[in-house]
Amino acid sequence: MEKKASNNMNLKNNKNFNKKIIAVVGIVVGYILISLLANGDLLSRQFKSLIVPAGINIILAVSLNLTVGFLGELSLGHAGFMSIGAYTAALFTLNMNLPGPLEFMIAIVLAGLIAGLFGYLIGVPVLRLRGDYLAIVTLAFGEIIRSLINSFKFTGGAIGLSKIPRYSNYTWVYVLVILTILLSYNFVTSRYGRAIKSIRENYIAAETIGIKVSRYKTLTFAIAAFFAGVAGALYSHNFGILRPSDFDYNKSIEILVIVVLGGMGSIRGSVIAAILLTILPEALRAVNEFRMLLYAIVLIIMMLLRSPDLRAKIEENEKLPKFIKNFGKIKEGGI
Amino acid sequence: MALLEVKNLGINFGGLRAVDGVNLTIEEGQLYGLIGPNGAGKTTVFNLLTGVYKPTSGTIRLDNESIVGKSSSQICQTGIARTFQNIRLFNNMTVLENVKAAFHNEFKYSLLASLLHSKSFSSGEKEMDKRALDLLKVFGLDIYADEYACNLSYGAQRKLEIARALATNPKLLLLDEPAAGMNPQETSELMDTIRLIRERFHVTILLIEHDMKLVSGICEEILVLNFGTELAKGTPDEVLNNPEVITAYLGEE
Repeated sequence: MEKKASNNMNLKNNKNFNKKIIAVVGIVVGYILISLLANGDLLSRQFKSLIVPAGINIILAVSLNLTVGFLGELSLGHAGFMSIGAYTAALFTLNMNLPGPLEFMIAIVLAGLIAGLFGYLIGVPVLRLRGDYLAIVTLAFGEIIRSLINSFKFTGGAIGLSKIPRYSNYTWVYVLVILTILLSYNFVTSRYGRAIKSIRENYIAAETIGIKVSRYKTLTFAIAAFFAGVAGALYSHNFGILRPSDFDYNKSIEILVIVVLGGMGSIRGSVIAAILLTILPEALRAVNEFRMLLYAIVLIIMMLLRSPDLRAKIEENEKLPKFIKNFGKIKEGGI
Repeated sequence: MALLEVKNLGINFGGLRAVDGVNLTIEEGQLYGLIGPNGAGKTTVFNLLTGVYKPTSGTIRLDNESIVGKSSSQICQTGIARTFQNIRLFNNMTVLENVKAAFHNEFKYSLLASLLHSKSFSSGEKEMDKRALDLLKVFGLDIYADEYACNLSYGAQRKLEIARALATNPKLLLLDEPAAGMNPQETSELMDTIRLIRERFHVTILLIEHDMKLVSGICEEILVLNFGTELAKGTPDEVLNNPEVITAYLGEE
């Protein structure tokens, strides 16, 4: 009996070990694929230029999912945190004269920390609010940040910043995307993740089993803001120019759309949706006049297919082909 | 010395005096019943004891330490756990996770350990899994460990809520109508379970209940509330034969 138990334990350890190996192999293969795509002839220039933005969107969506999907609070100010990171990093690299990679690395960390600090400071008073009230306040916060950047001199005002070194490339983005996904995954599967999920499910019950609700809300807000800041740093060093208008509430909504489409509380879903929604507008360039119209229609169709009611009907129907049934089959609540 | 000492407890909601002058002394190891007609303020007393509401008057002492003004999470850490009248489980989390969430303050590996999934993370999680499964086994819920809590039957959800409350390692367990919606068979099973957890976990229990059979069957002492004030107090026999209590429940002839 005891032997059986220890065998089981070994099996479990082996399983974890195998999982780790698969993850490492997956990451390496992924990198090779990305570099092939970026350097080979497979993609046109137009699509190659999407690799970095797609990565940025993944980081933004995965981090926003921590707040919206796992903590269960609607945040409409994610672009605000992103802009703080973008400007912090850009101002750092513009004013420093360090070797490229080192300078960029420090800029990224700094961008994340400053954005995270703002996330924390704003979280303390604001996160006592809930639901719609919180959503409106985060929306206002994003707009305040944008208008401040618009009026400060050191941020270049409405003209913004230019001649920012273009450090962002597929390697940086890939590494940071992987780090974001791994750290977020580890976070939500830890006791911290359990705490924030229990707050989402029932904050009164969470409080009565000893979870300090406001503290975990602020923490999650700060972590999400950290990653948004990192994404901002990548963004500012991609095209080399920054304007405050890049970060209006449309940007926040765009990230939220990715999260909702990918599935609340599904990291994998956020990644897939981020890639899809980055490619989609470009892919529709061929029909330029109808581009935004088609984008909206495709979005509506995808959202409909994601809705649980329709899904149940589709899955019950035996006449439909299998690929339709499998489309968008990402379990809500799963990771 | 008493485990819980409540003196002159009261709360106003606007002009309404929902609870007024309630005194309650519970000795360690006791099984205490709190009964009364609908709207008598029983759940409000629970909410006052667990810090959901702040009392307008009176004192609450657990182990001779005042808990008035503390937040729910702090009160949980001093040793009071509860269940809810309308079940409040973490529905979209598994049964195991529901219990593990309640171990939050007992297994405190750091944020860094969580982010890196370090050794202290894995040993902590492993220990939590083991403890949670042991606890679920007591309630016969271990077979549903990986099921979402919302998929459990009503009775099983009630049990899971008790298991989750016990996972915080309380000295005093508050059960808010544990038998609500159960059939006689389930109720008698529940009585056994309540007796069992008192023995096994050395926990003092205060319960709200409408089922008189359950209350008189297991409680050693009963407090009857009506319109937020004490109506009667004593052993089940004394209380249930008290004419005032009968009037409050059944009305006057």
